[in-house]
Amino acid sequence: MLAGMAFYTLAAVAVVAALGVVSSRNPVHSVLFLILTFFTAAGLFVLIGAEFLAMLLVVVYVGAVAVLFLFVVMMLDVDFVELRQGFLNYLPLGALIALVLLGQIGLVASAVLQNQAVQLNPDATAQLAATNAEAVGSVLYTRYVLVFQLSGLVLFVAMIGAIVLTLRSRVGVKKQSVSRQVGRRRQDAVGLKDVRPGQGLG
Amino acid sequence: MDIGLAHYLVVAGALFTIGVFGIFVNRKNVIVILMSIELVLLAVNINLVAFSAFLGNIEGQVFAMLVLTVAAAEAAIGLAILVTYFRNRGTIAVEDINLMKG
Repeated sequence: MLAGMAFYTLAAVAVVAALGVVSSRNPVHSVLFLILTFFTAAGLFVLIGAEFLAMLLVVVYVGAVAVLFLFVVMMLDVDFVELRQGFLNYLPLGALIALVLLGQIGLVASAVLQNQAVQLNPDATAQLAATNAEAVGSVLYTRYVLVFQLSGLVLFVAMIGAIVLTLRSRVGVKKQSVSRQVGRRRQDAVGLKDVRPGQGLG
Repeated sequence: MDIGLAHYLVVAGALFTIGVFGIFVNRKNVIVILMSIELVLLAVNINLVAFSAFLGNIEGQVFAMLVLTVAAAEAAIGLAILVTYFRNRGTIAVEDINLMKG
């Protein structure tokens, strides 16, 4: 009973927050709604017994991706009101496509449920290892170790790509060059000029 | 009442639809489009985890982790491209991004 209540609360909050992401006027609010959506999804994962993935969701999404979004939204000096123009124009088309998509998903789901194509395992959680993290690790580090390494490579390439894309060497910026500073000699810097009276250096 | 697989699938379907809806509605704002893509990937993750739990097969959670990795990489690259584009052109409106006449 309590689990049911928790599920319905979390699901309702997730859906409402997702609607807030796509429909809020201010992108900062969108990011905050996105964080709320990820938190509630993490709660759903805990309810279903996937604690490790729930914590991963909180750490990766709320800790990294959402903060990244927040940084970009706040650092870019964009007129977001102008970007909002045409929201109502696209609303009917978007709603139509969303309804069609929802109908298709519902059709497929009802067909699958009718055919009993999915054989559910009632005592599923009993078969797994002692803890969820242990179960995930025992599969991830044995059968899927290559995939695991490849996902690390994906992250590495993404990191290098992001750095290369955003790195820039700006011209006209005065910076200290220690080697030039130390290598400077007296004769390069100071010279004696014989200035005649009343003429100046010209 | 018992919470079954169908409940989770309904939530995931709703999130997926809202994500696609967001892509179509916010056609000018790249940041919100990226966030909508994150919503879609989250819906996929919920599906994977729900099936993994109710079929008693842990591999779904492993693949959900991989989806998480790709989503994080995609967000990082997308935002980096966005920052570079804004630095060069001073705007992030989608219809102005037509340099390649695509």
